[in-house]
Amino acid sequence: MSEDKLVTKFLPYGAPNHPSVKMVDLKNLRPYGDAMNDGRGQVSFTLPVNPSPEAEEAAREIMRKMGFADIKVVAMERPSEGFSFFVCYGAMSHSVDFTKIHVLKVETEFKDFYTINETIKKEIGRKIIIAGATTGFDAHTVGIDAIFNMKGYKGDYGLERYSGFDARNLGAQVLNEELLDYAVKNNVDAILVSQIVDEKDCHIDNLKALMQLAEKKGMRDRFIFICGGPRLNHPLAVECGLDAGFGPGTLPSHVASYVLDEFLRRKNAQKKPLKKGS
Amino acid sequence: MKLALDRKKIALCRKIAVKISEDVREMIDAHGTVATERSVLRLMGVDGAKLNPKINQYYPLANVVVDQIEAVGALPRGVSYWMANACLQTGKAPAEIAEAMSNGELHMGKLAQAKPVEIEKKAKALAKEGLKRLVLKRNERNKLIKSLKDPQDKTFRKPPVKYVIVASGNIFEDVVQARSAAQAGADVIAVIRSTAQSLLDYMPHGATTEGFGGTYATQENFKIMRKALDEESLKLGRYVRLTNYSSGLCMPEIATVAAQERLDFLLCDSLYGILFRDINMKRTLIDQHFSRLVCALSEIYINTGEDNYLTTADAVENGHQVLASQFINERFAIQANMKEEYMGLGHAMEMNPFHTDVILLEIARAQMTRDIFPKAPLKYMPPTRHMEGDIFFSHTYDAIFNLVSVMTNQGVHLLGMPTEAIHTPLLGDRFMALKSCNYIFNGAEHLGEELIFKKNGKIEKWSQKVLDDSVKLLKYIDKVGIFTAIEKKVFAEVSRKLDGGKGYKGVFVRDKNYLNPFLDMLERRQY
Repeated sequence: MSEDKLVTKFLPYGAPNHPSVKMVDLKNLRPYGDAMNDGRGQVSFTLPVNPSPEAEEAAREIMRKMGFADIKVVAMERPSEGFSFFVCYGAMSHSVDFTKIHVLKVETEFKDFYTINETIKKEIGRKIIIAGATTGFDAHTVGIDAIFNMKGYKGDYGLERYSGFDARNLGAQVLNEELLDYAVKNNVDAILVSQIVDEKDCHIDNLKALMQLAEKKGMRDRFIFICGGPRLNHPLAVECGLDAGFGPGTLPSHVASYVLDEFLRRKNAQKKPLKKGS
Repeated sequence: MKLALDRKKIALCRKIAVKISEDVREMIDAHGTVATERSVLRLMGVDGAKLNPKINQYYPLANVVVDQIEAVGALPRGVSYWMANACLQTGKAPAEIAEAMSNGELHMGKLAQAKPVEIEKKAKALAKEGLKRLVLKRNERNKLIKSLKDPQDKTFRKPPVKYVIVASGNIFEDVVQARSAAQAGADVIAVIRSTAQSLLDYMPHGATTEGFGGTYATQENFKIMRKALDEESLKLGRYVRLTNYSSGLCMPEIATVAAQERLDFLLCDSLYGILFRDINMKRTLIDQHFSRLVCALSEIYINTGEDNYLTTADAVENGHQVLASQFINERFAIQANMKEEYMGLGHAMEMNPFHTDVILLEIARAQMTRDIFPKAPLKYMPPTRHMEGDIFFSHTYDAIFNLVSVMTNQGVHLLGMPTEAIHTPLLGDRFMALKSCNYIFNGAEHLGEELIFKKNGKIEKWSQKVLDDSVKLLKYIDKVGIFTAIEKKVFAEVSRKLDGGKGYKGVFVRDKNYLNPFLDMLERRQY
């Protein structure tokens, strides 16, 4: 669609057509507080000085530098000696052009449990093997468990429940080397890495190291590489060299849908021998 | 407010737990581990470390000594035996001997051996001295507490103590945040340690300014933080407690060092390492026993980790796993001479917040635990599993947690943070959480005393069901034995094998002449 045909201004949902109602303007998108385009929102932060009129002014100045106008410092609290905690409201003076925003997304239509199992049975005729682990020093299994465990997450069955998947949860603190060895020995189709800890960006370093190792061993295209975690998303995963990344709120069926689609895509493209060496 | 729970069933649970623990006790008494032996050395004052270029880390002298003895297959006799002999032969103190060993100037195996009676006598003297130091530290703490206001109420009529974490990854930054938290109302500070530490088979050394998700548990870090909290306690007129983690492969060493540096609380679970860190069963069970013996002497409160079960298994349906495990943890603590007053049995508010009547069920779980373990300073953990990024919802969710905790008279309240599932708490996050908690604890201080439960209502029925299910589960564990039961996933849906897991290599069968007067004196409370 060419840009001039794109509707960039429209009335907000359910608004009566009245001259006082302002339009949503996609070219100049601003936060909605109490009225269209007022730009209002809140920020909270701590300054390492005791509360004082000067501290309050400093908070206001910080808000101003962030691009806020109509600033109200609504709370200035003293957590402890030498600190003040602020809650501020203000109107953001900046706007963004929504039509120019492009985000790399996992290109998959989400399917349900039954459709996925049915499709695997019909089109693949064997189970897709998925190995999952929390890697490196990270000892948190809550993410990988939510995706793998039979019971699943938020009423969405986990991968272990699918008849179409042979899902293997290897647990926490698995080294990249071990994970790849396991994948080779067990003819795994997809590798799922969970990373929770993100101190000093160790989650990113870890994922990059995994992909470098896979590259070095000539296994980059042999497996579908997926990662997930609260501080991860698809663009970040792609940047690290993986095929897909999932952030917070991901359900097991999302991951399952993607793995199935990617498996079929590769199979149909015959990009690489996916047939198991029996 | 009390629930109508069948006292006979509760007594039955305890009886079964005794039976379950018998096999384990037999195993413990026949084995030792590298970590308990290193703890013995630390009790003798071997606390130095040498920079090891291979790992680019400080490697403790306690490890150097145990490694050398182990290498010649002499560990089953006990490190006490070899060290006492070396003291007799050289006239030096254990710390000097360890130093000489690390320089290659001395090898224990090459020394002449004194008569066993003499060695035993010397070892006993070393033990007496080592444990005496812990007793002095304990008395020092008790004296300090007596001179200040103690927020801990042994009858639980006052609100739970407020426990917060600091996790900047730098001990010096942690000090700033710990003091801030204490001023804002925190009673207990837990210094979170680096996520990698539980699987290290040695304790890092010195003050540390790095780590993932926290910084290392080291003797120096303990010292730095306790000193800061002493100063802050005096300033506030209220004793502020310090917590760390006696868990992982160095569990008993951390307990030892914590006792030497006067820590107040330790996370010290009998099964956590097995289930959640895949540490070998034997290793963990032997190590927890020694750790808790030390805690019993030093009057350190332990915190158990049953809250973790609820983050993997469904919390509405698996209340009985927690309760069954609490009975087992209680039993193992009793085996290690601990009094109920120091058993911070753990549980958590982790049910799905959108389950109908979930708040009723959470009250049921908290009150049931309080009624069954009336003297225990129960450690109540905040929601984490269903926390996402919406800090405003999280703050509300935590407020309900605060209310449930105070109305059911929990002992130790780990504050939920609005930024749970986002990052380790910022100073402002912790302040927000404390402010909410101060309000609710004060405003509902005596709520529990004013309420009674409806007979056969939802709350009573749920707690009765959990108790019934726990009896069944404990009976099953007793039937197959705890080792097999763990293999069959009775806890947290995790399966572990008796000879699997990390640290198994560090378990040894004791020689019939095994010498460890530290252990003997701790067991017999000769201190």
